[in-house]
Amino acid sequence: MKSNSNNSNIEKQKYKEFAQQREPKRPVLKNCIKAFIVGGSICAFGQIIQYFYINYFGYTEKNAGDPTAATLIIISIILTGLGVYDDIAQWAGAGTAVPITGFANTISSAAIEHRSEGYVLGVGGNMFKVAGPVIVFGTVSAFAVAIVKMLINYLGGM
Amino acid sequence: MVKGSQSFVFESQPVIISSATVGGPLEAEGPLSGDIDILHEDPYIGQDSFEKAEKLMLEEAAMKALEKAGVNRDEVGVFISGDLINQIISSSFAARTIGIPYLGIYGACSSSMEGLIIAASLVDGQKVRYVLTGASSHNNSAERQYRYPNEYGAQKPPTSQWTVTGAGVCLLASEGQGPKVTAATIGRIVDMGITDPFNMGAAMAPAAVDTIETHFKDLGRGPDYYDLIVTGDLGAVGHKIALDKFKEKGININENIFKDCGMMIYDREKQPQVFAGASGCASSAVTIYGHLLNEMRKGNIKRLLAVATGALHSPLSYQQKESIPGIAHAVAIEM
Repeated sequence: MKSNSNNSNIEKQKYKEFAQQREPKRPVLKNCIKAFIVGGSICAFGQIIQYFYINYFGYTEKNAGDPTAATLIIISIILTGLGVYDDIAQWAGAGTAVPITGFANTISSAAIEHRSEGYVLGVGGNMFKVAGPVIVFGTVSAFAVAIVKMLINYLGGM
Repeated sequence: MVKGSQSFVFESQPVIISSATVGGPLEAEGPLSGDIDILHEDPYIGQDSFEKAEKLMLEEAAMKALEKAGVNRDEVGVFISGDLINQIISSSFAARTIGIPYLGIYGACSSSMEGLIIAASLVDGQKVRYVLTGASSHNNSAERQYRYPNEYGAQKPPTSQWTVTGAGVCLLASEGQGPKVTAATIGRIVDMGITDPFNMGAAMAPAAVDTIETHFKDLGRGPDYYDLIVTGDLGAVGHKIALDKFKEKGININENIFKDCGMMIYDREKQPQVFAGASGCASSAVTIYGHLLNEMRKGNIKRLLAVATGALHSPLSYQQKESIPGIAHAVAIEM
């Protein structure tokens, strides 16, 4: 009698190790360096844009952040629309995912993808499919942090 | 006739009287492009969605196969097809256009051989004169359903595979010229607990090994019986695992006669975006119904064991932390 297809956990664990020895590993260190370079470059580029708005459009250091973010978002959306953002991201990894450009890419890529299902149920209904969790848990964690801060203040700290 | 626990032979040896394949842009750049009948540069093929493009490719392959054999579609008893899209709409909608009585099947990427087994059984049982069977997949439609939006910038690991954009169809008859379907082994589901959908080769390899091993046992054959044993879409990772598993089991399969469609259809050095290789229903359908059948017609391959491999998970099952059930069906094709 052959072994049942519902293999035991020991067999599964053994197979997992067997398979892992034959899988190419993710180049973690290389990916980290690439992410550092690209992510840093995007932020440095953002800084240039910010100075540009401060020096040429009369923004202050405080309110120059909004047009800077908007500019980065627009560039990211254009690159997504041209179909190159995902190629850059394959190379850059977290470098393009973490900055605001990554967030813009999640929303615009989902919007482009679901255009075939119409503007309301397609684009509208799916735009935040990938970005949604970031917004939900970003808001929830901000709320938790605010409560902790409030408690510390209340107890006379800081 | 029943052979062993999971296999049978087709006494009448149904003949593949014609076959046709369609491919997308990356397939056109690949090493097998010369064996693909219709190549498209545009992944949309002038349609307004990837799903419609996939359906069109399947229609084109079906019509081309009929045209090559000079068979009218009214003469065909049944069209058997499968694909990866939810509710297998590519197959059903292509069947709507073609108008041949239709059986829709789902075996994920094993659909090509699942269809061929059913088709050969129907011809062998003299239920129909002609059967058309095929499978399709589209990189972009699969990507958006199984993973993320196509333009989303997620970094893929080196174990990931590239879904083939294409379709492959063959026409079976009880007699005629061409490669003959002689035996088949229907695979069991083998689940070794792999959960990573970016590592489907490792998830499917044990099923391929199980089916091939059973095929040999049931039919009293060894690997030497075949000129080529080819799996559907294990990719480089799954292929290596399967080879080493055979070694571990003491089954002597030479690397020269054990290949994988997923490693044949693309040139992994020149097309690094495919990572470990090809996947999708069209990986086996295009490679087997195109390149490999052509090689058989030329006389370069006499006996082929075609083993299409499938990962029977869904995006839902993955999110619910279920592991990936693997399956493989083997069909012996002889010239």
